[in-house]
Amino acid sequence: MISTDSDILCMAETWVREGRGVALATVTETWGSAPRPVGSNLVIDADGNFLGSVSGGCVEGAVVSEAIDVIADGNARTLEFGVADETAWRVGLSCGGRIKVYVERIA
Amino acid sequence: MDLALLSALNAERAARRACVLVTDLGGGGQWLVREEELAREPWVSRPLSAALHEALRSGKSGSIESEGRALFLSVQAPPVKLVVTGAVHISQALVSMARELTLDMTVIDPRTAFASPERFPSVRLIAEWPGEALKQVPLDRYTAFVALTHDPKIDDPALEAALRSTCFYVGALGSRKTHAKRVERLVEAGFSFDQIARIRAPIGLNIGAVSPAEIALSIVGEIVSTLRADRLAGRARTGS
Repeated sequence: MISTDSDILCMAETWVREGRGVALATVTETWGSAPRPVGSNLVIDADGNFLGSVSGGCVEGAVVSEAIDVIADGNARTLEFGVADETAWRVGLSCGGRIKVYVERIA
Repeated sequence: MDLALLSALNAERAARRACVLVTDLGGGGQWLVREEELAREPWVSRPLSAALHEALRSGKSGSIESEGRALFLSVQAPPVKLVVTGAVHISQALVSMARELTLDMTVIDPRTAFASPERFPSVRLIAEWPGEALKQVPLDRYTAFVALTHDPKIDDPALEAALRSTCFYVGALGSRKTHAKRVERLVEAGFSFDQIARIRAPIGLNIGAVSPAEIALSIVGEIVSTLRADRLAGRARTGS
């Protein structure tokens, strides 16, 4: 799929050059009805500002809070989200899909 | 990700060259493969090259296993361009739709009464003949070209350039009768029927469009359906 996320990646570069802590989240796998395709990006700064999307707004909150930890410790990690599950993530994809999101620091 | 790597990736996109960002999800590094590097094989083990070729061909990002490593291939294709001849009413309606779809739009029209900044305040406007204008906006395989002037003097040279290019979409406004005459002119100019068949005419999805905005909608609908043709074919196969 031809990406239209170019502005987001350019903005990520700008943010880092401005001295902000920045993380990039990428959808690496989807199963079932996932709202955003593999390769979709979300860019997050240390204050929780974000651009782009990895879902239809269902899991962005959780990705942003994990991303702030990634910015702090520099360790990339893979997050997995499924059908809404109170105990596991307290967020989920009400559409019934599952997604994997890779979160890494840009520095 | 290293900032230098992100910079390199953004530079490739700005230069309208495709590339693949390869990430070892197990923490084994990250690197960029440029399309032209891949064409100059062999630079890396063959199984990975095949996967990279396929990723670039399909334009689809995805996770793969290669020699026991879990890799993610992020395909980075340039932003899609929309080049239009004719600073006409339909083009004005196309501007806001193109912006919403992040299509990088350019309007070409040598008639300065049409190609005025007042009529097109927020889009790249080139008030030159297509021969000159297309030097500034080369047509590549990430470009959709649309001819809207109704004037063969303006549309034909641009259409000929589009047919010689790798544009993924070529559309021309006009009735079947107008198009039949256009086909005659293009044959005379040396184009084969196969080449001419690339032109979508009558332009746009058949939604019974009447107003300029409706026609613009039918055109962008057809551009998107061409851009996502692989996905549409997949849906037809799986029935989903």
